[in-house]
Amino acid sequence: MKDNNIEVNKDINMKVNIAGITFKNPVTTASGTFGSGMEYCDYVDLSRLGAVTTKGVSTTAWPGNPTPRIAETYGGMLNAIGLQNPGADVFINRDLPFLRSYDTKIIVNVIGKTAEEYCEVAERLSDCDVDMLEINISCPNIKEGGIAFGQDPCRVEEITSQVKAYSKKPIIIKLSPNVTDIAAIAKAAEAGGADGISLINTLTGMRIDVERRTFLLANKIGGLSGPAIKPIAVRMVYQAANAVKIPVIGMGGIMDASDALEFIMAGATMVAVGTANFINPRATEEVIDGIEAYMIRNKIKDIKELIGCVR
Amino acid sequence: MSVAIKKGIKVLENNRLEEGVYDMWLEAGNMAADAEPGQFISLYCQDGGRLLPRPISICEIHKESGNIRLVYRVVGKGTEEFARLKPGEIIDCIGPLGKGFTLEGKKALVVGGGIGIPPLLELAKQLDCEKSIVLGYRDVTFLNKDFENYGKVYISTEDGSIGTKGNVIDAIKANNLEADIIYACGPTPMLKGIKEYATSNKIKAQLSLEERMACGIGACLSCVCQSTDVDHHSNVNNKRICKEGPVFYADEIIL
Repeated sequence: MKDNNIEVNKDINMKVNIAGITFKNPVTTASGTFGSGMEYCDYVDLSRLGAVTTKGVSTTAWPGNPTPRIAETYGGMLNAIGLQNPGADVFINRDLPFLRSYDTKIIVNVIGKTAEEYCEVAERLSDCDVDMLEINISCPNIKEGGIAFGQDPCRVEEITSQVKAYSKKPIIIKLSPNVTDIAAIAKAAEAGGADGISLINTLTGMRIDVERRTFLLANKIGGLSGPAIKPIAVRMVYQAANAVKIPVIGMGGIMDASDALEFIMAGATMVAVGTANFINPRATEEVIDGIEAYMIRNKIKDIKELIGCVR
Repeated sequence: MSVAIKKGIKVLENNRLEEGVYDMWLEAGNMAADAEPGQFISLYCQDGGRLLPRPISICEIHKESGNIRLVYRVVGKGTEEFARLKPGEIIDCIGPLGKGFTLEGKKALVVGGGIGIPPLLELAKQLDCEKSIVLGYRDVTFLNKDFENYGKVYISTEDGSIGTKGNVIDAIKANNLEADIIYACGPTPMLKGIKEYATSNKIKAQLSLEERMACGIGACLSCVCQSTDVDHHSNVNNKRICKEGPVFYADEIIL
């Protein structure tokens, strides 16, 4: 029986391709929910993941926002971490060699307060052993940069082409859902030369502590993630995937394989597991196992048969 | 330190200790074997809409039986759900998590305030030195009888109904308590007071901190506190309460 399974699995192709890079399966991590993988390597075999997408990296270390930085909401959570990260030097010298010791692709999330900072990080990381860069123009929790670049199609196209000029690696533009017309934003990223787009980042939200008559988050506003946002995310991935020719990485509330398959069927070439990592540190591997089981059960030989199969 | 595991474990007892304070024993198995005083475990809600596990400090550890005791306050819908758990029911947990107390010194002051008192019980049990225990309450006391097994207990209450009127610092001063190490857990204003007291009296102090957490394993960076020096991991003046803490030396952190 066991031998049979191995035989069957050999016939299944879970490989996907984005910008000439082949990923062993379509599952990665959502930036900011997985660190650089170090905290999860006791729970997950990182070599099983299609890719690890790292927490955002800036030119120098960022301290992030004051606490409380999170608040639970029903079916989700708000966060306003504020992109705390140790900066490019520590990332390159410590985190990158750690990740490289595993057989997985590395997508580095790039952040900045100005276009110049994005370009600087992209240029530095381009000379390192990374596979792809994800340009985060959609973080709602910082005063400058982040989402400010991601809500206007003209600025999206502009920053995409600027970063693209400095990057020797393929770039994915991470889009904000806090926009009126996601298709227009997706097209702008494509026009700017993006090799792919990823979405959705968090939706902005707020919670109030009625006993203390104050905001739950020190930052007042945070980004909503988790299963509560999944239907919005699937809808936006569907709209974006149908608006552009470049590949889409879909995310937003994926808790299990069935959720991941919704995104793939809506048009995502890859999917990212985010908030689920906080609740179940083994979530990424369980999503991979679940997709594989679905393919066996439904006699799907190649994952590509499922990408965008719902029209 | 071994890896924290997530698994379903059986509730052995779950009783109301005081208004809003509950006392739970869990059949934790190897979680208990690995646990140290000052560490915590995170409990998951049965209602899947309440996503995040709730971090609760370990009150007592029975390594032989593999049982763990948690004494917790009901502060919201998640802990309300825990309070309704019956013996025999299974609850998903992950743990033990974090870095606990380091046992040291010859003369210890164990200082707890409110719901910061429970994690000090296992510490008091394991501390093999001369020790005084100071417990601060608003009004109603709990767990103080358990502490009497491990040392002399001094109590402070805000209304003065039991022990010294005032806070734990008032009780320490009123009883002329001396120490070469202070262990403390409680609300931030109390910890600030203890830090000041320890600094001005040149006493080493270990403080257990609390903050809202998501993952509990050091990945999400929700539960940071300010550190005196640039932290090795974060490369900024931030330490993770779930990972480098919850117990810190007073001079490591800014409150």
